[in-house]
Amino acid sequence: MATYEVRQEIMSEIEEKVKTETAPKQDNSAIKPNIADPVVEVEDLNLSYGNKQALYNISLEIPKNHATAFIGPSGCGKSTLLRCFNRLNDLIDSCTVSGEIRINGDNIYDHAVDITNLRKRVGMVFQKSNPFPKSIYENVAYGARIAGINDKSQLDEIVEKSLNGAALWEEVKDRLDESALGMSGGQQQRLCIARAIAVEPHILLMDEPCSALDPVATGKIEDLITQLKENYTIVIVTHNMQQASRVSDYTAFMYLGELVEYAKTEKIFLNPAKKQTEDYVSGKFG
Amino acid sequence: MKGLFKSGDAYIWMTGLSLMFSLLMIAGLLFLIATKALGFFWPADVVEIKLTNGQVYLGQYAGNEAIPQMGDKNIKEYRTRLKIGNRDLYGLDFTWVDDDKIKSAEFPKNAIVLERREWGNFYGFLKELNINGNIIPGESKEAFSQLRGLINNANKINGKIHHIEKSEIGDINYKIENLRLKIRGLELSGNTDQAKVRDLNNKIKKEEAKYKEKEETLSTLYSRLNENKVVMSSVDGTDKTMPAGTLVRAFEPNSMGFFAKLGHYFSKMWEFVSANPREANTEGGVFPAIFGTVFMVIIMSIVVMPFGILAALYLREYSKQGFFVRLVRICVNNLAGVPSIVFGVFGVGFFLYGMGGIIDNVFYSEALPTPTFGTGGILWASLTLALLTVPVVIVATEEGLAAVPKNIKDGSLALGATKFETVWTVIIPSALPAILTGLILAIARATGEVAPLMITGVVKLAPDLPIDGNFPFVHLERKFMHLGFHIYDVGFQSPNVEAAKPMVYTTALLLILIVVVLNLTAIIIRNKLKKKYVSSAV
Ligand SMILES: Nc1ncnc2c1ncn2[C@@H]1O[C@H](COP(=O)(O)OP(=O)(O)OP(=O)(O)O)[C@@H](O)[C@H]1O
Ligand SMILES: [Mg+2]
Repeated sequence: MATYEVRQEIMSEIEEKVKTETAPKQDNSAIKPNIADPVVEVEDLNLSYGNKQALYNISLEIPKNHATAFIGPSGCGKSTLLRCFNRLNDLIDSCTVSGEIRINGDNIYDHAVDITNLRKRVGMVFQKSNPFPKSIYENVAYGARIAGINDKSQLDEIVEKSLNGAALWEEVKDRLDESALGMSGGQQQRLCIARAIAVEPHILLMDEPCSALDPVATGKIEDLITQLKENYTIVIVTHNMQQASRVSDYTAFMYLGELVEYAKTEKIFLNPAKKQTEDYVSGKFG
Repeated sequence: MKGLFKSGDAYIWMTGLSLMFSLLMIAGLLFLIATKALGFFWPADVVEIKLTNGQVYLGQYAGNEAIPQMGDKNIKEYRTRLKIGNRDLYGLDFTWVDDDKIKSAEFPKNAIVLERREWGNFYGFLKELNINGNIIPGESKEAFSQLRGLINNANKINGKIHHIEKSEIGDINYKIENLRLKIRGLELSGNTDQAKVRDLNNKIKKEEAKYKEKEETLSTLYSRLNENKVVMSSVDGTDKTMPAGTLVRAFEPNSMGFFAKLGHYFSKMWEFVSANPREANTEGGVFPAIFGTVFMVIIMSIVVMPFGILAALYLREYSKQGFFVRLVRICVNNLAGVPSIVFGVFGVGFFLYGMGGIIDNVFYSEALPTPTFGTGGILWASLTLALLTVPVVIVATEEGLAAVPKNIKDGSLALGATKFETVWTVIIPSALPAILTGLILAIARATGEVAPLMITGVVKLAPDLPIDGNFPFVHLERKFMHLGFHIYDVGFQSPNVEAAKPMVYTTALLLILIVVVLNLTAIIIRNKLKKKYVSSAV
């Protein structure tokens, strides 16, 4: 009897998988919240790497000055979606995109869009900290220099402000000229955040920013996110459910390249509309 | 035995042994060259050997070996090799003496070695000095120090002569030549303004008058060189009179203490690296060859670095990776294996005759048919070597670029940097150590090449350095000397191979030293950069 039930469950799961894979358009009713003041609007986004489609008909809106989390099992397309917002996927030759992404009303996939300008407005923090092999100071000043600021006092101001913003100033103010590679992992990740906010983007994308960090460093960065969202719109990808519930206001659950459910974070975690979501957030699969 | 192979210990032993073998070979090579080379400057004692048949020899010990026996292998007889010098008297610098025919060997305190500008060393005793007509007998106490004084004076005069001939007269010649070329240029361009030509001719006259003056000074200097005479007697009693101006150095090795010898040693060594060669390169120094070698490598580096780096950047960062790029990469790798003489042939065809011919036609037409750039020169030799070493730089740079983590590139692009800004400010600095490794390999390869140089601009004796005081100071069209070629020329092309042998080893050692110094400099720079850019990882 017990074995039969288990088999039933597995069968139904497989069936569901087959359904979602063979008929991806089936679910138009992804549940979405009402967002009053969207900064990013994604509409019917499809993305493929060569023949392999990675995103199916994604439509969602991201609210201004809030933190939005993307969750979902590995390989479901969270990073891919995130990297669409600053067009970093353009670097991959085989990648093709259709649909629209509007940031502040402008379609960023329009031909007339200046990509470097877009990337200055949409900052990104990567999963693995990636400081440049330069001094701490030069790392933070990098974006400003690219933007054409070369005045020393102005740069000093930007560096101090950004490092303060990333809660790093006190730790590194005496060693700004040292190589950034001599810092601890957590410090490096906060440096990358400082580097990203130094160019004063409107939106900050974070792809699993804490996945390589210990709980203390993670805590610091989470505090930081809570502070930052007062001034920035934050989109964060995370595998850590607690983290998502702690830092984000809205959460999107993705599965196999589709947006399954998107709602206020409390709703996703306490009262999800879909069974898949419930299974995932409660740790039943994924 | 079986267990040994199974456990893998045997292979560890094998790797260790091969490493040891390679190290031994390198150490052996260095040891051989260093011992042969470093002994060259040491003022060995002069021995007077009397044979049973009444023959006498005076000279420096130069080796001992078993006499090759035709029949019985058991008979062991030895013979000694002596450097007896006095080529003008005996014809040969060296002689063999059978050990069992030696009656006595002594080290006479007053035996003198004279280094001369011609005919090699003279071994003998001082008979008398003729200073301005005053005869000073050789036995007198101050005779030797006076001899040295004479030689010192003569060296000074010779230095002056050299200066006048090379710099001053050289300058005048250079100016006259330029003026002539200007006139010729005017003629060629159909100029009819006679005033200009007259003006130039007047200038030439002026320079020629200066030239006359200099020539007169020279001839008085030359006569002063011949004023004082040194009379030496060889060990077999022949007298030889030599003008003091033909001598370079005199010393009495048998009465020199250790420190005196040491001083002599270092002064000879200094002469070797700082002076011009004498006597068909077998005596004197190799300074022009050192200069030529280093200068050529520097020009080569200046040319090869930008080309190699840009090519690698294109291959790695900009081109679409695919069949064509792979093909190019294979070609580049194979280019590194092409025999260097082939590059030399290409250099002759393309640089000398092709580009050189064009440059001559456009800029130096007034000097034709004498070629200026249309013949071998340091620029063409350097370019040929640059071509030879560019694959090395490309491969090393590409590896360095490939090793730059992708997420660093992404990080830069995500901040709004363009691809070019990313390459310039992040990728190249990160790859710099690898790029410098490429340069080190290129330098090592270039310093050792001789074959392509022989047909693109190296000569056995270059009258002028590629850099001097005449405008435009750097003369890239000039032929030059090179240590590698010098070794070949001295060791195997000189009229007096025996006497030149130590010179070969010394030059070889010097070449090794230069490669080491050039490489060390590059390595130190690289390590500094490594520290600056890549301290500890996470
Ligand atoms: N450069 C690429 N080329 C081809 N396919 C890719 C590429 N990058 C990602 N993919 C594919 O796209 C799909 C989505 O990948 P993505 O990296 O967005 O997943 P993810 O949700 O971020 O996963 P994770 O949580 O493991 O980071 C995966 O199936 C992956 O194999
Ligand atoms: Mg990811």
